[in-house]
Amino acid sequence: MRNLWIFITKYNAFFLFLIFEISSLLIYIKYNSFQKASFINSTNKVTGTLYSQVDALKEYLSLKETNDSLARENAKLRGQLKASMYVDTVEKHKVNDTVYKQQYSYIVAKVINNSFNKRSNYITIDRGSRDGIQKDMGVMTGAGVVGQVIAVTEHLAIIQSVLHKNTRFSAMLAGTKDIGSFVWGNDLDPHRGVLIDIQNNAQPKIGDTVVTSGYSLFPTGIPFGKVTNLHAKGGGLLINVEVALAVDFTKLQYVYVVNNKFAGEQTGLEAVQNKNE
Amino acid sequence: MSRTILVNLVRFIVLVFMQVFLLKNITFYNLATPYFYILFILLLPFEVPNLLLFVLSFLTGLTIDAFYDTPGLHAAACVVLALVRVLFISITVQKDGFDNEPEPTLSIMGFRWFLTYVLILTLFHHFFLLNLEVFSFSEIQYTLSRVVLSSLFTVFLILISGLLFFRRKERK
Repeated sequence: MRNLWIFITKYNAFFLFLIFEISSLLIYIKYNSFQKASFINSTNKVTGTLYSQVDALKEYLSLKETNDSLARENAKLRGQLKASMYVDTVEKHKVNDTVYKQQYSYIVAKVINNSFNKRSNYITIDRGSRDGIQKDMGVMTGAGVVGQVIAVTEHLAIIQSVLHKNTRFSAMLAGTKDIGSFVWGNDLDPHRGVLIDIQNNAQPKIGDTVVTSGYSLFPTGIPFGKVTNLHAKGGGLLINVEVALAVDFTKLQYVYVVNNKFAGEQTGLEAVQNKNE
Repeated sequence: MSRTILVNLVRFIVLVFMQVFLLKNITFYNLATPYFYILFILLLPFEVPNLLLFVLSFLTGLTIDAFYDTPGLHAAACVVLALVRVLFISITVQKDGFDNEPEPTLSIMGFRWFLTYVLILTLFHHFFLLNLEVFSFSEIQYTLSRVVLSSLFTVFLILISGLLFFRRKERK
């Protein structure tokens, strides 16, 4: 017993190493799925407050770009107003239109923490469950898709960005409607993604727009980016193409969280179906 | 003694703030990312007991993890760093060769020793950190080039900071 004690104290560095290494690896593996991480992340009180304060300072540096992008988006939306259309039939009577029912609504949020140079990137925003944000909602900007909400607290939420090794969205070529999956390439370039697994009878062209397919959390037709290279690595029997991302992740300021009002209904229905099989 | 604690506390806070709010946003060609905060562990005094060293490394890692949203990742890498530090110092330094301030800084230990020390420890830390983050062998070539280039970047920053706080003092 005494010899054992001497042995342990003599090589104490090694045993301490074992203890701490194992505990940190346990934390890493256990919370790698991230949603379970309760306090070691940027939604906790200390880190969350610090991030929002520093961000309040940094905001001033990019006021011009934010303003420009908002003005652009306003112009686009103004173009879609009824008032800016020319009506070519004379309006005779008013119909209360019940064909359209709102399916998507948008919650605006400010990015308070963002990263784009790691293998798995996350974004923290300043809106949480109190503002109606729930797990698994989609996130976009005026330019295109940003990611998916994976953790929510009362005032903050964390988004798994498109720039993440596990992110995968259903996407399609806007012209031909060929379905594929949109992922991030493995070279850590924050401006490029890959559209994989397109059926090989499709003929993508350089400059084609890649958009959301409507199978996922987003409305149909939200852009991911434009095809830049038809011969991405891998693929085999299916086609992979490289895509230049529409959203500039290095300059994210404001994002919209997409609230799909039928999402609960859809997942509930699909869960019942899966159970039946 | 209390001065050492104070200096290290200030150093810890400054380094964490720099890492999280400044260096986190810096990357060259998606390859070189600096992890400058390890300087805190590198500059702990020689006489710090092993238990305290490991606890501090673990906590430093966890603090960075909290900001980086990667629970356990930096902590694991920092604990590896602490072990390599213990081994390296036990091989190269005789414990009672110093009068006062036995800290492994550039001004006390000289350029050659300090460069080897920083280079080896940084390489180990970055190797573990980046490989654990990617966690796949299929990208090993790319990861290794990231390890080497990031290490060079970190070592460069550490040497600059060493020169910045250089105090001329004869080694006894």
